[in-house]
Amino acid sequence: MQMEWLPIAADFRARLRAAQTTSSAAERIEKLASLAQHRLGFLETIQLGRVLGDSAPESASGFSKVRLAVLASSTVDQLLPAIRVAGLRRRLLIEVHAGAYGQHRQEVLDPASALHRFGPQVLLFSISAREAIAGVPVAAASGEADEGLARFVEELRLLWRKARETLKATVIQQTFLDVTDPLFGSYDRLVAAAPSRLVARLNDLVSQAAASEGVLLLDVARASQSDGIGAWFDAGRWMQAKMEIAPQAAPLYGDMVARIVAAQRGLSKRCLVLDLDNTLWGGVIGDDGLEGIVLGEGNAVGEAHLALQRYALQLKARGVILAVCSKNDAAVAEGAFRDHPEMLLKRGDFAAFVANWEDKAANLAAVAKQLNIGLDSLVFVDDNPAERARVREALPVVAVPELPEDATYYVRCIANAGYFEAVSFTADDRQRAAQYAANAEREAMLGASESMDEFLRGLGMSVAFGPVRPVDLSRVTQLINKTNQFNPTTRRYSAEEMEAIAASSESISLRFRLLDKFGDNGLISVLILRPDTAEPDVMEIDTWVMSCRVFGRELEFEAMNIAVEAARGRGVRSFRASYIPTKKNGVISDLYPRLGFTRADGPARADGAIQWRLNLSDYVGRKTHIERSAE
Amino acid sequence: MSDQEILDVLTRALRDLLMDDSIVLGMETRREDVPNWDSLVYINFIVAVEMQLGIKFKVADVESFSNVGEIVAGIKAMLR
Repeated sequence: MQMEWLPIAADFRARLRAAQTTSSAAERIEKLASLAQHRLGFLETIQLGRVLGDSAPESASGFSKVRLAVLASSTVDQLLPAIRVAGLRRRLLIEVHAGAYGQHRQEVLDPASALHRFGPQVLLFSISAREAIAGVPVAAASGEADEGLARFVEELRLLWRKARETLKATVIQQTFLDVTDPLFGSYDRLVAAAPSRLVARLNDLVSQAAASEGVLLLDVARASQSDGIGAWFDAGRWMQAKMEIAPQAAPLYGDMVARIVAAQRGLSKRCLVLDLDNTLWGGVIGDDGLEGIVLGEGNAVGEAHLALQRYALQLKARGVILAVCSKNDAAVAEGAFRDHPEMLLKRGDFAAFVANWEDKAANLAAVAKQLNIGLDSLVFVDDNPAERARVREALPVVAVPELPEDATYYVRCIANAGYFEAVSFTADDRQRAAQYAANAEREAMLGASESMDEFLRGLGMSVAFGPVRPVDLSRVTQLINKTNQFNPTTRRYSAEEMEAIAASSESISLRFRLLDKFGDNGLISVLILRPDTAEPDVMEIDTWVMSCRVFGRELEFEAMNIAVEAARGRGVRSFRASYIPTKKNGVISDLYPRLGFTRADGPARADGAIQWRLNLSDYVGRKTHIERSAE
Repeated sequence: MSDQEILDVLTRALRDLLMDDSIVLGMETRREDVPNWDSLVYINFIVAVEMQLGIKFKVADVESFSNVGEIVAGIKAMLR
């Protein structure tokens, strides 16, 4: 269960000491974050956690703070440092609160509990299957066994609801580890109330409940199947200290938790960038020629590379963008995708394709720019250790898995790293590949157009819009949490919070979908107006996000026209808006002046917000090339 | 391994876990003699030593070690 995708830190001890003795908290945290990018074992994780604990900075630039509570029916203290270290790996400063042992019900239900005082943004339930299955006699019939388990899950469901209602926290439920021993042997699967069968059934029921409640799962049950239960559970530690998860499993456990927290905040990777020679196929096409490369069934190495291609296609089908970054002659590289009979991936599967002899770091930057996504959204897969080292050094925010020597295990390495951890699977994800393909056609059309005006007119755009409905919540939440560029305030909302905002009659929440002659771009913008507490008749632009896919199409103007009309209808006289600069949102630094807002800075704010105001009576909507359309 | 070599392994493990190089373990040292050597650190210490030496302590022993010397003796018995 080593985190093999992370590179080994050659001089861990020295670097950790150096961090420990760094007096500036900001520098220390940077050094620790950089160390956390390495393969840390059991001991190293504890050590890093200890130095991090000493730092405990209130805030650090470029890091986000998250309050996470773990409510458990077993001891979890051995897991907490690893959660914080894995958070640091993703530039999250996770403050962890562990509920009192076995007190998860009381902590949730009692508004005066330590949990409520802590005010978690994320709440993780780590519950042992023991109490659920203890009362079920092995002779119980299937229905009887199910009833007891269903009651247990129903109680959990009520706790989740209560927690979301009172704490407004994102709820994560840990799946149940099967720590039971065989009773009948292989026949266990055929006995309704055999212990292992009960745990499996419990996991089924809790997954169904989580799906219907919008609760996320931390699937340690699955992880323990692949690592072996012995890697996750040590009966001795249970006897001694009621630890259901062994201390040795802490680094991976922490990483799995942090993946979900990061995914929920839009920090999962979005694009898989692949090298070609000895990565997507065996051999070097420039030397070996089309006939010489190794790919396809009937040859173990050829099948290994094919497996990676197949996995890339699966990722594409779930919304991950594919790209190529290879040192090759472009015509030769593209020809391989066109002409090799065993090639599963086709040229059209890649949203960006860079094959030349330039530096790979520079090429990756070009890929990110072309796709209009952040460099920190990229995973770069290359068999060549020198290229990997070069990219890690030049672009530390790009994830570069330490591929195993044997191509057979490429897929497992990439998959286990959890780069593309998801917290939803939306219609937009399903259509993303088609949308990127359509974008390529739009680019081509832009290139052929005489002017921007001609291009925009030729697109035949229309916008479908309306209030955020319950059916839109998962995509709207995803967009709000993922969008970093067109996001003036970078406020993040959980699905629970978004639901409350959408349901509020005092707020205006608008969703926008952009269509054009190449297709439907999907739900690509959300604008939330909330009443100003100080001034009646004034609304504040609390949140406005827009997908980078539709930049430069005048949608911001049409969206503002629509928002102004909606607000005027309610007798609103003016809008207030803030632009809070971040590393990522510079692209819209002049958004509000372009829309006709004027500076309205009050007292300086800690977040550095630049404040704007728009009198709706003065607002003259800009005529755009976007029609309004019914849905 | 000699007593001293085992003692060195134990000292190093505890120093690493607590990130404190001033720790010195002797055969007579008890847990309460070392600041911050609480029950969680003790379990992590046992795990760290087990991983490093490729051994597995009996639960009964882990519960009954009253000082470092007994841990050394326990390890010696296992390595023999």
